[in-house]
Amino acid sequence: MELKAADYKTDTHNDWCPGCGDFGVLNAIQQALAEMHLPPEQVFLFSGVGCFAKTPHFVRTYGCHTLHGRSLPFAVGAKLANPELTVISLGGDGDGYGIGAGHFLNTGRRNVDMLYMVFNNGVYGLTKGQASPTLKRNVQTKSLPTPNINDAINPLAVALAAGYTFIARGYAYDGKGLRQLIQAGINHRGLALLDVLQPCPTYNTVNTKDWYEGIEMNEETGVKKSLKPRIYRLEDETGYDPVVHNPDDLEEVSKKMLQAFLKSQEWGEKIPTGVFYQINLPTFEDRLKERVSARQKYTPANMPIYDPATGTPNLDISEALAELRVC
Amino acid sequence: MIGGPQGSGVDSSATTFARTCASGGLYVFGKREYHSNIKGDHSYFQIRVSEEPVRSHVDEVHLLATFDKETLEVHRHEVVKGGAILYDPSLFKPEEIQRPDCLLIPVSYGEIIQATAKQFNREKDVMKLQIMKNVISVAVSLGLVGFDFALLKSTLEGIFKGRRAALAPMNIWAAQQAYDFGAKNWQAKYLHQLRKVSVPSGEKRIMITGTTATALGKVVGGCRFQTYYPITPASDESEYLESHPEFGITVVQSEDEIAAMTMAVGAAMTGARASTSTSGPGFCLMVEGIGWAGMNEVPVVVFNYQRAGPATGLPTRHEQGDLKFVLSASHGEFPRLVLAPADLEEYFYDAIDAFNYAERYQTPVIVLGDKAVANSTQTIPWYDLGGVHIDRGLLLSDEDLAVLVASEGQYKRFKFTESGISPRSLPGQKGGIFWLTGDEHNEVGHITEDPDNRTRMMVKRMHKLEVAAREIPIEKKVNFFGERDADVTLVSWGSSKGAILDAMDVLKAEGIRANFLQVHMILPFPTDFVAQILSRARRRVNVEMNFSGQLGQVIREKTGFTMDASILKWNGRAISQNEVIDGVKRIVKEHESKVVLTHGT
Repeated sequence: MELKAADYKTDTHNDWCPGCGDFGVLNAIQQALAEMHLPPEQVFLFSGVGCFAKTPHFVRTYGCHTLHGRSLPFAVGAKLANPELTVISLGGDGDGYGIGAGHFLNTGRRNVDMLYMVFNNGVYGLTKGQASPTLKRNVQTKSLPTPNINDAINPLAVALAAGYTFIARGYAYDGKGLRQLIQAGINHRGLALLDVLQPCPTYNTVNTKDWYEGIEMNEETGVKKSLKPRIYRLEDETGYDPVVHNPDDLEEVSKKMLQAFLKSQEWGEKIPTGVFYQINLPTFEDRLKERVSARQKYTPANMPIYDPATGTPNLDISEALAELRVC
Repeated sequence: MIGGPQGSGVDSSATTFARTCASGGLYVFGKREYHSNIKGDHSYFQIRVSEEPVRSHVDEVHLLATFDKETLEVHRHEVVKGGAILYDPSLFKPEEIQRPDCLLIPVSYGEIIQATAKQFNREKDVMKLQIMKNVISVAVSLGLVGFDFALLKSTLEGIFKGRRAALAPMNIWAAQQAYDFGAKNWQAKYLHQLRKVSVPSGEKRIMITGTTATALGKVVGGCRFQTYYPITPASDESEYLESHPEFGITVVQSEDEIAAMTMAVGAAMTGARASTSTSGPGFCLMVEGIGWAGMNEVPVVVFNYQRAGPATGLPTRHEQGDLKFVLSASHGEFPRLVLAPADLEEYFYDAIDAFNYAERYQTPVIVLGDKAVANSTQTIPWYDLGGVHIDRGLLLSDEDLAVLVASEGQYKRFKFTESGISPRSLPGQKGGIFWLTGDEHNEVGHITEDPDNRTRMMVKRMHKLEVAAREIPIEKKVNFFGERDADVTLVSWGSSKGAILDAMDVLKAEGIRANFLQVHMILPFPTDFVAQILSRARRRVNVEMNFSGQLGQVIREKTGFTMDASILKWNGRAISQNEVIDGVKRIVKEHESKVVLTHGT
């Protein structure tokens, strides 16, 4: 059966602000899944807490709207218990890089085969616009009483240091590019971070759609003028190859990491999107399979634990008890 | 009792002594005490051995084995008159021990180790061989009490096997020298003797600790996914599961307890039986995840091995201070089951029941253990799996789901039902798509702030606890020991059970008739049964290892009955048989209303 984006839509009321960047990300997710012909029941979509976190309610797949900052560990638990599912974890910049920062880092140590997408708009929208960990220092949005006193973190550079094996940035209003990045992230065998620049039209009055796209408005006349867009695609810039072709070649790995780190520092007049870094390494599931041989045949979710007819457990502990036997 | 610096092998020598006695048909109870330290601080292990079953420790020490200064200095006054003290004559002169009323046995550890090294051409390794002090102290002790050397030999062969098999002959040789020294020179002068007894045919016994009992219960109960963050005294359980990959359990060490909890919940949603184990400080971090699981009706099992709190508290010491916290942990209200196993059999069977309850009632189950049982060693009967069954509750097969969707048009994860329990689908199942959210939600799982829906959803969730209260048989909720008519009714929970049971016989012999109500399930609370027992009690006494008598408070809340007196202890050391006896006497004979116990090193 041919799957269309409409097959991934629910009729749940959407309460995002008009013009919210989240709409673009939502559409891209639905289209990406449809184009990949992923059966909706095989996809498990997780989110944390924030405006973006309502996304699973708008997508017709198994959905799980978790706690603030905890999308990743919920998703990791589900993926490790049933690796046959396509698991996508959604985070926000406050949610994923602030309150959930410990999970953001430590999930990088595991290379679980899943996609982590972060809706990044620089503010905490649902609590009325406080500065998030990605808002630059001294920036003052309309909702801030004083300019932001903290420095911003660079999520791509952090992901690189933490061990993510696919690191990319998308832009909410580049539908096609974003769709392709989502698909690449899902197809990547390992842990993928996709940071999505997603303007909040209500609270982030600085990093707006116009700002990203190089459109300036004359305050007096209201006339808009197109300058050079800040957002560009890495693939359009010649010579940038994010892929580590031989993961055993430590020199190539270092080079590609350095290149990605330098590229992640680019901000202001030019803001790159696309894949920054990609390496193919054994996943956490691979490592578990080597240790727990039952995982070669079953997933924890479908491993038989009893005889349903009698209710008798089928796991034998007599050898373990024999080791403890004293008389 | 054996003591020594942490990391010097005290645990293994105690275990060797205990296993040897147990293999000769004796019953054994062992209690382990240690500091929050890797190496050097004082630790000790107390072993009680008897021809009758023993479930607790006593305060008196009959045989103290030492090879360092501190153990002797700390524990010498615990030894009874006529007891024996093993000491290193290179550290003490007999008169310095100041216990002329005891049998003082100088054990020349250095000389026996030297002789062993010479015998096995290992003279250059003498420093490494100092660890043999442990085997030597055990062997002298067994010689002293006249126990069969052949049993020690086979215990040592059981320990030194596989990769360590090469060490067996040397250890057995040293043990023989030490045993002969104890037997030939001292046995005749020592009052307390141990002999092998025969075990009834067909009876099989194991010697196990609380954390291993739980781990094996989880295996039988079908646990497929276990998470943990390192914490004393819970980690031993997860490490046992990790070291037995043949059970097929995926064990994940997470970055913190928030992740341990939420990963377990994530796994549970896919249909894998999932659990996590921790102690109080970790449980604090798990609370938001437990609340979420309650809101979303996810079957997940959490073990909290209590230790002394708050904050880091006494990280390696015992307490039962988390009861009221666990009963109401989380903002808002959701149904939870709380079990409080008290001994090594209940630790095992409760682990199985916990998964069954979690899936049957689709809600978190909290098992409240404690450090005392977690780290205790005891001989118990081989686990009988005869009555064990697995109950997965309303889990939908693909066929049942298809039928349900065909008849109702749409699958509703949180469908309103009479019992409050809704049929459960799993991700991957066609037609079973659900949405979960920490927000209040409608039957399908989407967010709604509708007041009528909120009213109904709270009733739906909370009603499951009433159903559980009705369905779970009373024998799973309480144990009652002794005659109905008694001078004093002891009410307790958790690890104090062993000391109370052991004390009851002694009290009876001294003319005090005590009976004992053990509350095993705290939620749903067995209100009627407890009220019935307490209504007939002459003197109601709660025995608890916390400051405020938390179970007593819960009982008052649930039944209206107040306690007449309390026996409480919060110094970080488990209650002994003697302390129960002493406490009950003070209440019955001297009419004290609050006995605070303070024994323990």
